[in-house]
Amino acid sequence: MLLKKKALTKQLRVFTLNFGPQHPAAHGVLRLVLELDGEVVLRADPHIGLLHRGTEKLIEYKTYLQALPYFDRLDYISMMCQEQTYSLAIENLLKIKIPRRAQIIRTLFAEITRLLNHLLAVGCHAMDVGAMTPFLWAFEEREKLMEFYERTSGARMHAAYIRPGGVSLDIPIGLLDDLYLFINQFGLRLDEMEELLTYSRIWKERLVNIGIVSMNQSIIWGFSGVMLRGSGIPWDLRKSQPYEVYSELEFDIPVGTNGDCYDRYLIRIEEMRQSLRIINQLINKINVGSIKSNNFKISPPSRKEMKTSMEALIHHFKYYSEGITIPSGETYTCTEAPKGEFGVYLISNQTNKPYRCKIKAPGFNHLQALNEMSKGHMIADIVTVIGTQDIVFGEIDR
Amino acid sequence: MKKNLVNLRKYDIINQTIPIMYYIEKNSDIILVVSYYNLFFSLYCLKNHITFRYTILSNLSGIDLQMNKYRFGVVYDLLSIKFNSRIRVKVFINEVTPLESVVDLYSSANWWEREIWDFFGIYFIKHPDLRRILTDYGFEGYPMRKDFPLSGYVELRYDIIKKRIVIEPLELSQEYRHFTFDAPWEQ
Repeated sequence: MLLKKKALTKQLRVFTLNFGPQHPAAHGVLRLVLELDGEVVLRADPHIGLLHRGTEKLIEYKTYLQALPYFDRLDYISMMCQEQTYSLAIENLLKIKIPRRAQIIRTLFAEITRLLNHLLAVGCHAMDVGAMTPFLWAFEEREKLMEFYERTSGARMHAAYIRPGGVSLDIPIGLLDDLYLFINQFGLRLDEMEELLTYSRIWKERLVNIGIVSMNQSIIWGFSGVMLRGSGIPWDLRKSQPYEVYSELEFDIPVGTNGDCYDRYLIRIEEMRQSLRIINQLINKINVGSIKSNNFKISPPSRKEMKTSMEALIHHFKYYSEGITIPSGETYTCTEAPKGEFGVYLISNQTNKPYRCKIKAPGFNHLQALNEMSKGHMIADIVTVIGTQDIVFGEIDR
Repeated sequence: MKKNLVNLRKYDIINQTIPIMYYIEKNSDIILVVSYYNLFFSLYCLKNHITFRYTILSNLSGIDLQMNKYRFGVVYDLLSIKFNSRIRVKVFINEVTPLESVVDLYSSANWWEREIWDFFGIYFIKHPDLRRILTDYGFEGYPMRKDFPLSGYVELRYDIIKKRIVIEPLELSQEYRHFTFDAPWEQ
């Protein structure tokens, strides 16, 4: 029998694997087409858009106020930060300033939202990697924080609380006392979580030196937030381009050295501690005053006024039916959402509806680097990388 | 506070180095309008020139200006970490003009350009992988164009007899109502 040379050489077989869209570690509806050589990932091609709801198109057909609740539903675990960005964008277009009490309440809730988000990010990341307990503990704390949401706005998650011109309601009596009690015990809860994770051999084996992003790479991929800081760039919009009352507050920006998943985990934990610091300062800073702009063209009159004054009634009716009319202009407003730079590019055209509202989601930039970050790693490390990127599909698919 | 490259000296440098058509300053934002054949070069300068260093492409969005001669606008929001400054580069094109892809400069443009291709049908030359991104597999049309109806053209349902999902032309029991709030005498 004649042996052919072709039969003797081993053929390289690239194995193609479909990951998701229904997979507990996919954080929603991520579909990955993975090309594997054994267990080593050669290429990861994320297919997104399975949660696409056409938010940007819908917003073009809604008034400015009706468009606000869509922002809660983008990144559905850091709700108020996105309302804040949108409200700031409208205030930029109208060139108005809002009362100081409203600014402080907004900042307060932005930081509560950061806690909410990082708790879920770290908790779910730990669960994806195999540690179940921190996840349960984190959700208990999240429940307490969502109670603060509920007490102020009536909704646990999709609050629609931060509105153009201020906030919709004043915070209830006693909320700040309870918040103070909460932040006093929360540091301990963080310590407990860190005890389980930070020095755990298993956790470190799964995270250290996984998904390393160099400084240059993180810039060229347009990263922001924790992903950028993890690579050693001290960039935080709260410090560099401060909005609301951040310029008066004292807080530090944790920065990573190695650019791997473990660094980003440590940064998230430290950012939570810094958020506690900020909340503590804000509780001491809060003043008495109005919570929304007193320009009735921009924010509604109070219910009491509406019942007694004819003019207020007309304003109330016009505000909730016709809405705000914004003169022609455009703005790109961005804030430091927990996941990174969340931006709204808003074009107005002298009507009560936005002409174009482009939403810049930080996760979109992060996810497109998944291929680069996971190349050469094992298939199990894909889960770690997705977890560290803190992917939420509501904002990526829009 | 927010620093920007608004001072005159920088404006001169922009004018000398970048082939801009217009320079607009609004709300302390700087907007540069460039022609489509100068786009790549302009962004190259803004990224690499020592006085700008706009190294991060933070946002890329398309606009449909239906009535204009140049129907589409593509907007590049750049961020310079070094100088803590933002700049916006705009380019206007008509329906048939393709744009040059900037993926070689900013890797993050890859998916943003795919999104614009998906939503507006603007073609990018030299893009490594120009597929649809956010819409469904096999989707037709460009949904963010202003002439695309909000309710779309097709609907999707599970057919029990065929045991699969079928796509059918859209049938609404009630026409989509588009409310305008202009007074009748202003329409």
